[in-house]
Amino acid sequence: MTVEKKRVSVTANGQACSAEVEPRKLLVHYLRDDLGLTGTHVGCDTSQCGACSVMVDGDVVKSCTMLAVQADHSEITTVEGLGTAAELHPMQQSFWEEHGLQCGYCTPGVMIAAIGLLKENPNPTEEEIREGLEGVICRCTGYQFIVSAVQKAATRIQETGVNLNSQRLVGEGTQND
Amino acid sequence: MTKMVGSSVKRKEDARLLTGNGNFADDITLPGMLHASVVRSSSAHAKIKSIKVEEALNHPGVVAVYTGKDLEGKIGPIPTSWYVPGCNLKEPPQYPLAIDHVRYVGDGVALVIAEDRYTVKDAAELIEVEYEDLPAVVNQKEAMEEGAPLLHEDIENNIALNWKAGEIPEGIMENAEVVVKESFYVQRVFPSPLETRAAIGQYNPGSGELTLWCSSQNPHIHRMVLSEVLGISEAKFQVIAPDMGGGFGGKIGVYPDEALIGYAARDLERPVKWIEERSEHYVAANAGRDEYIDVELAGKKDGTLEAIRVKNTANLGAYLSTMGAGVSTIDFGMMVTGSYDIPYAESETFGVYTNTTPTDAYRGAGKPESTYQIERIIDLFAREIKMDPVELRRKNFIKKEAFPYQNAHGLVYDSGDYEKPLNKALEAINYEELRREQEKKRKEGKLIGIGFSTYVEMCGFGPSEVVGAVGFQGGTWENSTVRVHPSGKVTVFCGTSPHGQGHDTTFSQVVADKLGIPIEDIEFVFSDTKSVSMGWGTYGSRSTAVGGAAVSFASDRVVEKAKKIAAHELEVSENDIEFENGKFQVKGVPGKERTFQDIAHSANMAWNLPEGMEPSLEAQYFFKPENFVFPFGTHVAVVEIDKDTGEIDLQRYVSVDDVGTVINPLTAEGQVHGGIAQGVGQALWEGAVYNKNGQLVSGTLMDYTLPKARFFPHIESDFTETPSPVNPLGAKGVGEVGTTASIACAMNAVVDALSVYGITDLEMPLTPEKIWKTVQEKEGNQ
Ligand code: FES
Ligand code: FES
Repeated sequence: MTVEKKRVSVTANGQACSAEVEPRKLLVHYLRDDLGLTGTHVGCDTSQCGACSVMVDGDVVKSCTMLAVQADHSEITTVEGLGTAAELHPMQQSFWEEHGLQCGYCTPGVMIAAIGLLKENPNPTEEEIREGLEGVICRCTGYQFIVSAVQKAATRIQETGVNLNSQRLVGEGTQND
Repeated sequence: MTKMVGSSVKRKEDARLLTGNGNFADDITLPGMLHASVVRSSSAHAKIKSIKVEEALNHPGVVAVYTGKDLEGKIGPIPTSWYVPGCNLKEPPQYPLAIDHVRYVGDGVALVIAEDRYTVKDAAELIEVEYEDLPAVVNQKEAMEEGAPLLHEDIENNIALNWKAGEIPEGIMENAEVVVKESFYVQRVFPSPLETRAAIGQYNPGSGELTLWCSSQNPHIHRMVLSEVLGISEAKFQVIAPDMGGGFGGKIGVYPDEALIGYAARDLERPVKWIEERSEHYVAANAGRDEYIDVELAGKKDGTLEAIRVKNTANLGAYLSTMGAGVSTIDFGMMVTGSYDIPYAESETFGVYTNTTPTDAYRGAGKPESTYQIERIIDLFAREIKMDPVELRRKNFIKKEAFPYQNAHGLVYDSGDYEKPLNKALEAINYEELRREQEKKRKEGKLIGIGFSTYVEMCGFGPSEVVGAVGFQGGTWENSTVRVHPSGKVTVFCGTSPHGQGHDTTFSQVVADKLGIPIEDIEFVFSDTKSVSMGWGTYGSRSTAVGGAAVSFASDRVVEKAKKIAAHELEVSENDIEFENGKFQVKGVPGKERTFQDIAHSANMAWNLPEGMEPSLEAQYFFKPENFVFPFGTHVAVVEIDKDTGEIDLQRYVSVDDVGTVINPLTAEGQVHGGIAQGVGQALWEGAVYNKNGQLVSGTLMDYTLPKARFFPHIESDFTETPSPVNPLGAKGVGEVGTTASIACAMNAVVDALSVYGITDLEMPLTPEKIWKTVQEKEGNQ
């Protein structure tokens, strides 16, 4: 039983990438196993947890619910496309300052989901953030510091005018302050 | 230099986790790596008639298939690590793959190995297992009954253990003015770390060395147990816990799957990776709780508590897990008097085998259950004698002056001041006003409840003599090595194994203060049995109290030696040297000094050391605590119940915890929040459900409710600090307090709201449907 492989080409975090995959391969496995973008995680098998959230053409997508072939020719942003350790994205910086992560397993997906939320609602209330994070599960933090991180990021993004739609979302933020 | 201990330092581990540079098990790829899948029993109880593997073996890309029979005699059963004495404990063998008898849905029956992760799943589907179903029993009370199906032929009535502690003198219960009784059920729940379990084995056929990366909270325990199971020298066996997406007790256990992966890697001489799926996790990874608890609390009408009798009937699942025997006995039973000075206590536990996935420690392990029964029953006692529940608690609190306090079962609580967090919490919620408001709203027909939990918890495992005496197969002391490099930068090793708690940061804070160096100069190594000396891992909120203490002592030893070198170089006596802010300074002679970095260089070069001194600057300390630590506190929940929908609106949640000295307020608060979310989760939403046939009906995240952000209000948390005398940091434990306190707290609030109907108990989780039905019934609408 050999299945014909399909070539899937995407722009991931601003870089052109391409690999041959089985048509049934999930986007998350394509990103992790073929492109080596292991920052995006898998937490469930029923598309509930959101650990696998990435941006596909600007929309937040659970990458375990999409086939790699469906993402052909799309622009994808994963956590690796936010900031770097030396220059964190405002969302990452805020998660760091507000202790929005413990084990860090949910974090990449949560930050992507939160960026999606801020694109729709740049200045959300605490309640709107809690509602807006419906698609993600964190088992460690009890969410409170995630909520404050998102609030802080919202303020920071508004102040600095970071464009949340650009491919590489590098913002201000320094590693140590 | 500002002191690091006590300040909210941002975490050192975050930069990699925030940028996608973590190294979780599934991120590890090795050359020639194969993928594994475990075929699991779909029947809760059956004889295996046959297993057909040919089709799977012939599937392109499949490398091997193993069944239980193939492994017989090659790999041992997985032993428990807690032989609780004096309870007639019966441990049936748990083979890594069932040989001819499966005992729960999820029991492993075959291991398939293939070239990639998709192929191995395809091939696993092709394995045909023929079962001859046997009657199954999933409820522990039913399993104990005469005539119930037997899981293990020679274990009568499926009773794994019957444990007792304490005795109430005759007459006390019988003659008491008031005896309040209630039966509680603390339901089965799933620890649910967001990352499931994983194992990757790699064998070097030349050297005979085996490396196992696995999701373990205690890699040294894994090495100790699995070296026996696999028949490999501990010296040739390295266990590494990579970054882990949480554990919560679910990754303490040494599991069959991990043994299988080590075995297959060695047998095939190729790396093998196994990543558990979520729905597989829920049938195959240890669950938590599942205990029926019957309580009788006796006392006087004036509220003086005299005696408590508790019986716990615990579901151990189909086999005895790593800590399985200890949770519902020692962990639970010794703490049944809680924070109250109750002179007599009697605890009894039945541990029972059933056709369900084994249970093991889950955040708090026995203490949440223990807290649950005492905090729930004390509320009912207060109601019975018409006393305010806070007043009754306060009246029976162990007094501040009584510490160290020996409880009725002989445990010695290290330190405490229970009024302090209580008062702070009452102030935060404005208690009297809140009660008045409740009264007013009740008159308007509203259902408002206020719940308390004034808990105490035993953690920081612990004194090795004591854990040895209660049958734990481990030492529970901890080690740390502080290695100072020529530059003065430092690598520290410690035998605890963090997986989200942030010990890289908090322990670095301790070292930074001790050595007077910047926190950036310190790196930690945990979770690798090859580089870290024997240690015992992270569970039971022991890491800071025991591991952090070892770090502190090892740092002291470094300073001690460095001081001798400084004195030698400065040609003064050691007594004339003062060490502060990273400088060895001759007292009263400004400028006559050596920095920590100077001495690090001198020690490592060894050009001019005091006579007879060994070169280098490195120290190790093995810390064996003399006692457990006992954090405590007060949690308060306020709820309003919607009569029409049964929905519970958790309006406020206030926590004031005393975890001894707080090393990092920010991360400590994070631990409390996470703990509360899991405890409230158990009370209100989470529940693992089996049907009569032993099929798990809550086996995916669609059916098992993990709380979301919108489920919670803004938690108002605070601390008081009563240092522990047990370790030099004064720290207790913070990882489990939130859970231990909050299950009872949330329940008490809801039961208080429903007390207008005379309700004394409801079974958790308190789903809207359950509440709605109860309210409708009581309102006479049904
Ligand atoms: S992995 Fe859980 S939603 Fe995608
Ligand atoms: S930080 Fe561990 S799951 Fe969110």
